[in-house]
Order: sequence, then C-alpha cells, then structure tokens
Amino acid sequence: MLDNLKILIHQGRQYIPDVTRAIVPGIFRGRPVISEVDVKEKELAELCPTNAISLNPLSIDLGKCTFCGECAFAFPDKISFTTDYMLATNDRNRLIVKSGQEHPIKLDPVLVRKEIHGYFGSSLKLRQVSAGGDNSCELELNACGNVNFDMGRFGIEFVASPRHADGLVITGPITANMASPLQICYDAIPEPKIIILAGTDAISGGIFEGSPALDRSFISKYNIDLYVPGNPIHPLTFINGVLDLIKKQET
Amino acid sequence: MNFISVRNHQTIPLSGIPMLDYDSFLELNVFNLIREKGAHCVNYFGFRLDGLIRLVCCIANDESHSIQVSSSAVPRMALPSFSKHNLVFEKFEREIHENFGIAYTDHPWLKPVRFPFNRFDPGSRIADYPFFKVDSEELHEVGVGPIHAGIIEPGHFRFICNGEQIVHLEIQLGYQHRGVESLFLEKNKLLQRCTLAENIAGDSVVGHSLAFAHLWESLCKHQTGDHLKMARTIALELERIAIHTGDLSAMCTDVAYQLGSAVFGRLRTPVINFFQKWCGNRLAKGLIRPGKSHFPFTRDLAIGLMDFLDEYENDFEDISKELFSLPSALARFEKTGVLTTGQALAIGTVGLSARMSGVSRDIRASHPHDAYEALDHQPVLKTHGDVYARARLRKKEINQSINHIRHLIKILAAPEVYDQNPLKPAPDSFCVSLVEGWRGEICHCAITDGKGELIHYKIKDPSFHNWLGLALAVRNNEISDFPIANKSFDLSYCGHDL
Repeated sequence: MLDNLKILIHQGRQYIPDVTRAIVPGIFRGRPVISEVDVKEKELAELCPTNAISLNPLSIDLGKCTFCGECAFAFPDKISFTTDYMLATNDRNRLIVKSGQEHPIKLDPVLVRKEIHGYFGSSLKLRQVSAGGDNSCELELNACGNVNFDMGRFGIEFVASPRHADGLVITGPITANMASPLQICYDAIPEPKIIILAGTDAISGGIFEGSPALDRSFISKYNIDLYVPGNPIHPLTFINGVLDLIKKQET
Repeated sequence: MNFISVRNHQTIPLSGIPMLDYDSFLELNVFNLIREKGAHCVNYFGFRLDGLIRLVCCIANDESHSIQVSSSAVPRMALPSFSKHNLVFEKFEREIHENFGIAYTDHPWLKPVRFPFNRFDPGSRIADYPFFKVDSEELHEVGVGPIHAGIIEPGHFRFICNGEQIVHLEIQLGYQHRGVESLFLEKNKLLQRCTLAENIAGDSVVGHSLAFAHLWESLCKHQTGDHLKMARTIALELERIAIHTGDLSAMCTDVAYQLGSAVFGRLRTPVINFFQKWCGNRLAKGLIRPGKSHFPFTRDLAIGLMDFLDEYENDFEDISKELFSLPSALARFEKTGVLTTGQALAIGTVGLSARMSGVSRDIRASHPHDAYEALDHQPVLKTHGDVYARARLRKKEINQSINHIRHLIKILAAPEVYDQNPLKPAPDSFCVSLVEGWRGEICHCAITDGKGELIHYKIKDPSFHNWLGLALAVRNNEISDFPIANKSFDLSYCGHDL
C-alpha cells in the first residue's frame, strides 16, 4: 500500500491541463506554410510520395500528405511545417493549404449538423474500426484516453459495442476485406450518428491510394463529419477536432 | 546439395541461386537444411517468371550466421508439400497455394491465408472461410471479430469450447490486406517505397523501414557510416522500449491492475515523444531513409536521451517491482497461455515468442546488422512460455535496450555527410534482409530485372510465424484468459495481412 502511494506521488501530475493550448515537444510537423518564393514547382510536386502537392497555385492537400517533410527538406525556402496541430476540419476543401495561406485550419460551423451539439455536446461515445490501418493511428487513438491526454474528462470515450456508440471513427485506407464488416458496424450504430476519418490513410488512402486491394465506396456514400489528418494523427489533433465538432457552433 | 550461402542483406546475382528440380528442392530444404542446428525458415515464396512459378526458399542458420538460398521452377500443378514433414513451412505453402493455385497433395491444413486481391481463385470470399468444425453436443463455438471490443485491428477468432475451457482456436486473418507487396513494384519512387515500408506496421516503423533500407543500400552497393549505424540501432532499441512498455501497460489493463496500466502507459509517452524531438513523428515515421538521414543523432539529443533514460529507469523499476510481486497479477500471469519449447520449435516461432519458450532466436545475435556486432548482444531467454514469461522477458529486454543505448551513446561516432546522389539498384539481383524488430525477425526480399527495376518484393513480418503459437497456447485455458494471452503475444494483423 505504502509502495503504491509512493509510486503515485512519484508520478506527479501527468495530465495536460489545457489540451487546446498545449505545446508539442520537439520538431512536430503540423500545418505547413507555403511561401511565395519562386522555385521549380513541378520538381517540388514530383517529389511528393502521395501526390499531395498540386500546382497553380501551389498547394498541399493535408488529406493526402503523410507529413514526411521531404518537400521542406528539398525546398526549405518554399515550404515549412509549423507545430500547429489544429488540423481537423469538417470541410474536405479546407484541408488544402494554398501558397501564402497563413491562417489556421478550422471547422466550418455552417456544415456542422444542428443536432450534434445538443446530443453529443457533453457526452460522445465512439466506436473505432480499423479498416487496413497500420496500428499507428490506433495507438494514437488509444493514447487519447491515457493519463496524459485524458480525453475522458470531456465525456469523449471509445466504447466496445456499436450499439453503445454515437459515431464511428475509421482508420486505415478501407480494405476490400473490411468493407462489409465496416458497413455492418455502421448500420448497428443508432441514429443520429457521426463519422470521423482519422489519419491520412482513411481520408484519401494515403500511400495505398489506387491499390486494387481497397474498397473505399463507404466514404462516398455518407456525409463525413470530421477529417483528422496525420500519419499517424496526433492525439491533440484528434481531441481538439472532436471538441470543436461538438461545441456550440457560432453561425 | 545445391544452395547458395549468403550473409544478412548481401546482394547476389539472381542467376547465383541454384535451380533444382522440385524433388531435390524438397529433399534439400526439408531433410537437410532445416534439420541443422540453429536452422529456421525465414522466407519461402513464389513469383511468376517466364511462364513458371519460381519458388525461393531461404533457411537461416544461426550457428553459421548465414542464409541458405535455393530455388525451383514449377508449372501450376499438384506437388508434395514440405509441411507434411515439417510444420514450419505450413503457412508459407498455404500462401503459395493461395497465390498461385499450386495444389499440395499432402498439406495438413491447406486453407486460405489472407484472401489477397490477386489470389488465384478470385471466387473465394473472406466471409466463407472454411473453419474447423467439431460435431458434438457437448462443445460449443464462440466467434469473435473481425471487429473487436477496443481500438485494435480486425481479425476473426473462432473458439471451440467445452464449457468455459478452450479446446481449439482458429484464427482467420486477411481483413487488413492492402496489397503492400504489389505497391512496392507499382510505386517506383524511392520515397514512395520508404513510405510504404514505414506504413507496413505502425508499431514496427523502425524495424520494417530498416529492413527496407538495408536491402536497398545493399542492392545499390551503398556503404553506410558508423554514426548512421549507431543511430539506427538506438532507434530500433527505443522502439522496443516504447512498445514493450505499452504492452506491459496493456497487460496490466487486461488483469484489471489499474496502477500498472496507468504508470506503464504514461512511461511510454516520453519515449515516443523523444522520437518526435528527434524526427518530428511520435512513431518515428520519416526517420529511416536509405543512404542518408535527415535527422542526425546530435550531441544534444544524446544528452537528452541519457537524462531521460535515468528518469525512466527509476520509475520503471518501481512499478515493475510492484507488478511482479503482486499476487493478484501473478495469479493471472503464471501458467496462462503456455507455449512449450517443443511447440515453439515445431511451428517455428520467432523473436519474443520464441525466446519466452527457451528458443534462442534473435537476429541481433545470429545475423547482426547495424551496430549489434559491436554490442555483443546476448539474447534474454525465459523457459516457461507463459504470460508471465512474456511479461518478464519484456521487462528484461527493456533493461537490456537501455544498456545498449547507453553504451552506444558513449562510443557514438561523429555524423557523416551523405551525398544526395540517387541510388541505383543492381540489375538481375537478389537480396534478403533480416532485422530483429521488437516482435522478432522481419524479413524483406527483393528481386530486380535486367534494368535494376524491382520485379518481386516479399515481406515477412514475425507475426506470420507467431499467430499459430497464440492459437496453440490458449488450448485448455479458460476463454476469459484469452485477452491477456493475446495481449502478451501482441501480434500484428496488418504485418501478417500486408
């Protein structure tokens, strides 16, 4: 007993007091900024492993970006990654960061369904389905609930059964072999329900885009309530995205 | 006797692999090579070449520190199996059967492996997997998955139980199949292949991307310097510390030991945050690149890591001491999910799943890569093969990894400068690359054509061997002990399904 108390005291306070303002340690690659400097843009776009970079104007699609940072190493004057982890949005187009854009990525309050805040504002239970996920986003979603990030304090939790859930969190590029189980799980969640895509693989297929082993028809069938970019997602990106989705929207 | 002996990640001409008729190929591998002391099969696969199916078998010998490679070319036909004589080939042959339609006449368990998109029989469906059935009024079946009660990858477990006792477990995988091996050929930019390698299994980013980097550097005849080798070794050992710590937390969760779950869980956070400080990603994606590194392991990082390890070790020892003297936890760990030495050898488990049963399989010692030769790595062994052995092994391996990292930091070489010239793989070549990830041996094989383009890429995650170990270990256990047994193995679904 005394040993247990000693261990407890020794741990100190591990939780992050304010998840909306926490500063990530080190050189986290978050929201990129593209300068107006002239470079060989075609060469730059060609570099990207997942075709996330488009020309005219030069832009990076965070739904496709793996955040490897290779473009910033090759063209440091043109592209830099900030440590801004607030990357989640409900508008697919807002994930595309254009040349010269400095403003942060936010949700579009107009697109947030009216019932979401009312039903889920203080309690949101989520069912996670990994559909070809590589276990990195899964590790980070688990980390959202650990003693450091403690997402449970906001009433947001992952539950075991879709019957207990208010929404679905999908990770992975959605394999053909998981298409049917994913559909069954979604159908088992009672209405109203939300869909969150967590990670680059889920949003666009990521590096697996174009593989004949995928079946992404599920994504085009339903309205997506939240896109959370990252490879893997950072717990702070996920938690802040979900908090913004369920808060009272000012429209 | 006709085979070629190669070292870990040594490139040889494809024509250097002797081609045997199938009967001699079987005889060589099944009755000779695999029977030698310290021998185990690291990869056995097929690929289409000139209208035939070329079979390549790689048997690693831990005593001679070499890999014995032999091959045969067969048309699609019925063949006698290796597995009838030795079960370590069991899943490799099922894969060859599934991909190329080779009908083995005497394979004991010729079932689908993962229902890949390019399977020989496109009519076969994952929903129709032929489970083993027992016609009995006393026994009942329990089906779990593919989606499980937690944030975990999908797979289906079918139990046959006598009351609460598990009589038989069959594990059906394939749900995570993304076609990674085919994408290695199609996505032909080096950066795309690096990205693929680090997305094979997100908990073994360093392991898989190192296996790819070694292989690519060898194909391109590129020499890496001492600093890079040491930095890579530090990264691989840090990944081991991070995942082992997380697993100890999860094992505490599964036996409802909340303090252990919370403390081990929070101890993992600064380890992966260190990766973020080093390379900008908590799981080390982007850290390993063939022929170079964007993130030299600087003096500042080294000092920071030394300080952190001191802090970590104190807290880690405290909570480990508590866990391993807590009767309620030990009662759940001891004699649960036992895989005997005999079983481990018979089915060819690797890595942690072998060492916990007294089988000394560790690529760091037997086929050393990077800085392991200088470290004189000695594998940690446990003998009981139960959940307790797997927990203790993790604890001891964390201690060992900390010592390895401290030693490497002391002797750390100065960072080298790498030129950015593109690497070009040698034509008509073959290379097999082994890395000891935290789960066990990761094996990548590549074959190039006359222009140096990849024509075949084959990946084997250690889980490919070890899933059967879990299925055997839970027999005669209570079904309520399955979660802790499963977590203590912590095998990869996506690494298996690729």
